[in-house]
Amino acid sequence: MTNRLLEIRNLEIDGESDEVWHEIIKGLDLDLDRGEVLGLIGESGAGKSTLGLAAMNFVRPGCRIREGTIRFDGQELTAQSETTLRKLRGVRIAYVAQSAAASFNPAHQLIDQFSEIPVVHNVKNRRDAEADAKDLYRRVLLPDPEGIGYRYPHQVSGGQLQRAMTAMALSCRPDLIIFDEPTTALDVTTQIEVLTTIRDIVREFNTAAIYISHDLAVVAQMADRIMVLRYGELVEEAATRDMMSNPKMDYTKSLWAVRSFKKETETVGTEINPVVKIDNVTAGYGQEDILKNITFEIHRGQTVAIVGESGSGKSTAARVITGLLPPRLGNIQFNGKVLPKSFKARNKDQLRHVQMIYQMADTALNPRQRIRNIIGRPLSFYLNLRGQKKEERIRELLSLIELEPDLYIDRYPDELSGGQKQRVSIARALAAEPEFIICDEVTSALDQLVAEGILRLLDRLQREFNLAYMFITHDLATVKAIADNVVVMLQGEIVEQGRKTDVFSPPHHEYTELLLSSVPEMDPDWLNELIAHREKHGVMTSTSTS
Amino acid sequence: MNRILLMVLQRFGLGLLTLFVVSIIIFVGVEFLPGDIAEALLGQGASPENVAALRHELGLDRPAHIRYIDWWAGVMQGDLGTSLANRRDIAELITFRLSNTLFLALTAAAVSVPLALIFGVLAALYRNSIYDRSVNVVTLGAVSAPEFLTAYVLILYFSVKLGWFPSLSNIDANTSFINKLHQVTLPAVTLMGVILAYMMRMVRASIINLLASAYIEMAHLKGMPKLRVIVKHALPNAWAPIANIIAISLAYLVVGVVVVEVVFIYPGLGQLMVDSVSNRDIPVVQACSMIFAGTYILLNLTADIVSICTNPRLLHPK
Repeated sequence: MTNRLLEIRNLEIDGESDEVWHEIIKGLDLDLDRGEVLGLIGESGAGKSTLGLAAMNFVRPGCRIREGTIRFDGQELTAQSETTLRKLRGVRIAYVAQSAAASFNPAHQLIDQFSEIPVVHNVKNRRDAEADAKDLYRRVLLPDPEGIGYRYPHQVSGGQLQRAMTAMALSCRPDLIIFDEPTTALDVTTQIEVLTTIRDIVREFNTAAIYISHDLAVVAQMADRIMVLRYGELVEEAATRDMMSNPKMDYTKSLWAVRSFKKETETVGTEINPVVKIDNVTAGYGQEDILKNITFEIHRGQTVAIVGESGSGKSTAARVITGLLPPRLGNIQFNGKVLPKSFKARNKDQLRHVQMIYQMADTALNPRQRIRNIIGRPLSFYLNLRGQKKEERIRELLSLIELEPDLYIDRYPDELSGGQKQRVSIARALAAEPEFIICDEVTSALDQLVAEGILRLLDRLQREFNLAYMFITHDLATVKAIADNVVVMLQGEIVEQGRKTDVFSPPHHEYTELLLSSVPEMDPDWLNELIAHREKHGVMTSTSTS
Repeated sequence: MNRILLMVLQRFGLGLLTLFVVSIIIFVGVEFLPGDIAEALLGQGASPENVAALRHELGLDRPAHIRYIDWWAGVMQGDLGTSLANRRDIAELITFRLSNTLFLALTAAAVSVPLALIFGVLAALYRNSIYDRSVNVVTLGAVSAPEFLTAYVLILYFSVKLGWFPSLSNIDANTSFINKLHQVTLPAVTLMGVILAYMMRMVRASIINLLASAYIEMAHLKGMPKLRVIVKHALPNAWAPIANIIAISLAYLVVGVVVVEVVFIYPGLGQLMVDSVSNRDIPVVQACSMIFAGTYILLNLTADIVSICTNPRLLHPK
């Protein structure tokens, strides 16, 4: 077929860890026509990025292609020399990385990094390349297209960098662009803008693309066809609309179903004294105020979700409550009594009742301690448990988080999966027998199925022990699933707060509306309709100040 | 640009402050040494009256803080005082010694810095190859051997058995440059053994770290030639770590030269200091220590300034 651009057959890629080779890609086939957009979806470790890079016959250090053929435009890539491959890369096949902030060289201006591709590959001279860069910057809707190229990466925001990287990928008008999770690191409102840009550009230049993501709703907007991967193998492949309406395999269906969890009952705080009250708090670092006059409360048995984009002050609020950052003005009350501002001035009981679970269980658990010590430490520190009693309590806690005590008690964190580590973090917080737990983005580093398990566990524990949760997250799907009350934050201020049902049903505050409407939906027409709607009504589309 | 100037001035001020603190520590440290120069000069048989008279003559009977302030006031005017042992002007005494030490250190540095950079970058580029592994083994061996051992082994083979180089490095003001080089070969090689290995391993580690960055992978994926990736993409970001490595190694060279100078009886600052400590010639010890401390601070300051001046975030603020 003359229209076929890329044809991968029986590809097997090995990766090395601790001097042992194991298979990452287990005999995959992939076909891509000119101008077609293929979505690759799967959880972390499914081999999506490895497969994407293999389309350029590139493997990361510590990996090797063992088997298979990669035909690009009739040319067999696995047989080519490094020099021939080099001449393809950047010219006919380009790559857009997940983190543009890390993938732009901090030492050079954006336009230098753009121009070097056509100049080094003798496609254009320097002056034409720069003119072309400005033209493309304009097309990807970057502000100040004439001047922005002369900035350095750190002088440009994350969303703008991602667009500049898309422009850079287009510098030699490639036949194929590989997008590797290009919007994963962005806030939802920024994500929309970048997605729209990418989609329009790919259509305009009739470029074929491989779009890699773990977010099904995002892929549904971008791809003509979707491949679902798991453990380096193909689970299912179909045209986007077919797959969305009629997934065949159980695994695919489970990916569709993950957002089904919903907290059963809504808890409305009725007591006079909430467990925790943040009373008119202003706090920040140096001269700058990150939080401005924040007031909200959390009642027993209740989950309050703090929602906002990066830089909105969510995590700073957690630091103020735990006493890590003493507030400039205002105070924190616990069961009606004012807590000392700094954790140093709080007594053991006050410390015990405010526990925290972190986003990265990897770094929050000491890798040199066994699970027994990790969970046992708060038991002996706060509750003076020793010997047999302590041992029994550790086992009880492990059963609570659904890990078999005999199997796990003597393991190190490295010997657990991501979800299991997060469960251990929960057990550690629970060991102190607190009344209040702060959950800081606890599910955002986890795959959706695993995250769902964690949410269910937290919900069950809340009902069993009547715990109050403060749930910090940027993921609105999680909020809809687990929250009773919602606090929406923007640039250090609360724009709206109240019961979830009230906040999430119209009429919304303008910013809440923007946040809610920006969460991708499974419907492949969602992005088109949203953009059309926004253009028609001229609503707020961005919060970026830079 | 003003922000950078301010930061550099700040570092400079901090450097001066450190030097001041160091001078106090040295002074107090020397005060704690048992005995003083009067006892050392007159020997064990001297009568207490004689010792007291000499102390008075040398001004040693005054309280410590007065002596310290006196000394500091002198240093501020560029007067390092006079040696208690031979009444010579310390500045004069030290100039010749310092130039010898610097000559030795610079000779060692001139050879080892470029070698370390080349070997280190190559080892990073050809990581886990035969070359990398053998360089690693050799350098590890060199780091592990103490300087005095290396020095004696070198003397045994190259001066005693082969007779190529002198075992004592005799240098005076009239020695010609070529002859000087010949004289310092063995001590310089001894010093190189230590810092070359150290620098090379640090360069290797920081380059490997750098090559794992996402922007280096991106450069490869843009189809940039290997040499361009190194020169254009890796090197501009490598100056700061490399400057630090070089500065610390050079500081070690100047300060660590003491042992080597003693072994080769080389008329440098280190040897002078060791002699002065055993004589309790306190002004000389203080002057030498201040020069060593000053060198250390100056080199680290230079490394700081290089890091500041090559950091794009500081050069091109938002």
